[in-house]
Amino acid sequence: MSTNVQPHNGGGNPLYTANPDVVDMSNYLRAGHTLRSWLLTVDHKRIGLLYLISITFMFFLGGIFAGLIRLELMTPEGDLVSSSTYNKLFTMHGIVMVFFFLIPSIPAVLGNFLVPLMIGARDMAFPRLNLMSWYVYIIGAIFTMYAIVAGGVDTTWRFYTPYSTSFANTHVMMTALGIFIMGFSSILTGLNFVVTIHRMRAPGMTWFRMPLFLWAMYATSIIQILGTPVVGIAILLVGVERILGVGVFNPDLGGDPILFQHLFWFYSHPAVYIMILPGMGVVSEVITCFSRKQIFGYPFIAVSSLLIAFVGFFVWGHHMFVTGQSPYAGLIFSALSFLVAIPSAIKVFNWTATLYRGSVTFSTPMLYVFGFIGLFTIGGLTGLMLATLGIDMHVHDTYFVVAHFHYVMVGGMLLAYMAALHFWWPKMTGRMYPEGWGRLSALMVFMGFHLTFFPQFILGYLGMPRHYHTYPDEAGYQILHVLSTAGATVLGAGFLLPAIYFAWSFFYGKPAGDNPWLAKGLEWETTSPPPVFNFEKTPIVTEPAYNYSVHGDEVSEGSHVVAP
Amino acid sequence: MSHPERANPYVSHQFETATQQREASILGMWIFLATEIMFFGGLFLAYTIYYNMYTDAFKEASQHLDVMLGGINTGVLITSSLTMAMAVWAAQTSRQKLLVLFLSLTLVLAFVFLGVKAVEYMHKFHDGLVPGALFTYDSPRRDQVQLFFFIYFVMTGLHGVHILIGIGVIAAILVMAIKGKFHAQYNNPVDVTGLYWHFVDVIWIFLFPLLYLIGRYLPGAH
Repeated sequence: MSTNVQPHNGGGNPLYTANPDVVDMSNYLRAGHTLRSWLLTVDHKRIGLLYLISITFMFFLGGIFAGLIRLELMTPEGDLVSSSTYNKLFTMHGIVMVFFFLIPSIPAVLGNFLVPLMIGARDMAFPRLNLMSWYVYIIGAIFTMYAIVAGGVDTTWRFYTPYSTSFANTHVMMTALGIFIMGFSSILTGLNFVVTIHRMRAPGMTWFRMPLFLWAMYATSIIQILGTPVVGIAILLVGVERILGVGVFNPDLGGDPILFQHLFWFYSHPAVYIMILPGMGVVSEVITCFSRKQIFGYPFIAVSSLLIAFVGFFVWGHHMFVTGQSPYAGLIFSALSFLVAIPSAIKVFNWTATLYRGSVTFSTPMLYVFGFIGLFTIGGLTGLMLATLGIDMHVHDTYFVVAHFHYVMVGGMLLAYMAALHFWWPKMTGRMYPEGWGRLSALMVFMGFHLTFFPQFILGYLGMPRHYHTYPDEAGYQILHVLSTAGATVLGAGFLLPAIYFAWSFFYGKPAGDNPWLAKGLEWETTSPPPVFNFEKTPIVTEPAYNYSVHGDEVSEGSHVVAP
Repeated sequence: MSHPERANPYVSHQFETATQQREASILGMWIFLATEIMFFGGLFLAYTIYYNMYTDAFKEASQHLDVMLGGINTGVLITSSLTMAMAVWAAQTSRQKLLVLFLSLTLVLAFVFLGVKAVEYMHKFHDGLVPGALFTYDSPRRDQVQLFFFIYFVMTGLHGVHILIGIGVIAAILVMAIKGKFHAQYNNPVDVTGLYWHFVDVIWIFLFPLLYLIGRYLPGAH
């Protein structure tokens, strides 16, 4: 709802024109230096940076919880924390990482920054709504942080009933409220993206000329819009049930606890695609740039994003194979879950085909992308194993499941997020990060990740259940847990490194120039950092996306342009 | 200074043309309404499941709702949709006084709806039909009847919250209308508020029969 009716100069925003001595409209970072000019900005690029700072904080908070979990599991005895503290640790790790880091990560930071730039627009369709969604996120985060500080919550991030409604005596209400509020931030961001992509494209930017990142963001937004309200209502019902003591999910009073799981997973399985689809969009961008080739099978990659979003809404029952849902439902959910593999595999095959006979450069973003492809493939294939009813019965609620979704969430999404940060950092800040340190971090993350989570596949297969802070001495689990904790240390260092050199390069990095990667795409045609209104004048698009053949000598002999 | 030249002072900085701005506003509201449908959808699902599990109890419980008051409210809300539609038309045709009149009428009807709803809630409170500690209903199907009233209060309560939000938005639009901000060249806020208000109306159209009328359906069957 745009209600901005003031006639404007300087974009209608008084902040841009308040002090002509300081404000530099040709660089969004210099357009106002006051705290106020940041906290009241409606510039999508600044809002992206606000999100970057907020979610980085949440990421390290969630990382601390993960570190404590790994430390506890090094020995079979529960010698570091009590079992109830341990329950709170993995609950808060899940809540912080899923709701406050992974879901907003690429959409809210890079989507905000890039969507208007990539389509050649001056801003989002609803800039003030965009700022509001950041504040909504912060308010949700504050409630959740209060719950954490006040003593935590132990329901697991899934809030399963009737434990969460009738038995848990931790801060369920506060946490639920925080997540409920944060959900609106996600919805509003998705709404803004869909309208922006529909209505704000520059002349000539047809749907099939759009960068694949935008197709991924579009599909992600659809899930945010249609899925998030359902988990919202489920959490709302949990809250009302706790307040009134009525049993909508309590079997003693005629309620159905499984209904909660249906409502919860109706959102939370598609939420997996909220987390992975943007990552897939990033991979498509980076892999073409560093192969110096047009992407292989553009329309297939574009449409497969929408297919994943669509099919993703019909597979939630595979989280509930052991709840006693009808075996016929289990059968259908199993079959539908297999279907998701098809559009996912289409992407992986097309990325691989893009590499074929390209001039591949192993720069940091590309290393992260290679990590993504490998780890996502492992995560995806083990997902197929879990979609099989028989295997799922065997490894349900074991570390096999934990390893599987960390391969997708961390190995997939987080690596793509890191690739994206490195790839667009020169555009966001106008400065280069140190390439050598970047490659080292990519290597450390890749190695550390495998060391952390591969042993967990074996642990799960051997029967180690999740959610326990002790395990029998004689089971042979300890060596695997020690390996995993060692890996987590490397992984943690691998993530700390970029935090340090990004902060350093923001001030002292060497100037990047407008297009350090010689990449295609409208965002690379404007200056770095971009001006407040993104482009000197509205660009006109005349060529397909990733038209790397025009860079003549950069393209290897063998590469062939595939018409979109 | 790269902000583009614009002829139309009603177009925000991010848009090229008034048409683009208008289409974006309307699409944005439709998408928001899709979100709302999914939001209420979870409750409709819960209703459907428990109605099928406890059909008799739901019909028994439904007898305790006041069809007369519910029916009056249905009429009030449909009439308010009409006045809202007239307000949108008045804005599009620059009929300043009519716009203020129709928005005010819509606002009054919205308050009437909430007033009637409050009377209904009071009755339920007196009859001990509010779920939780105050629930005093005595019957072999007590828990299931309580489930019905839980769903009744959550659904109508959430609908009431939407009416309240609508009242806030319409009041803001009314103030802007009195200041003469809307006319044929610029009326997007009135338009999208109209969409929202019709949605709130439609939700009620579904709630009324599901909650009030199921007990009257085929009275001899049970």
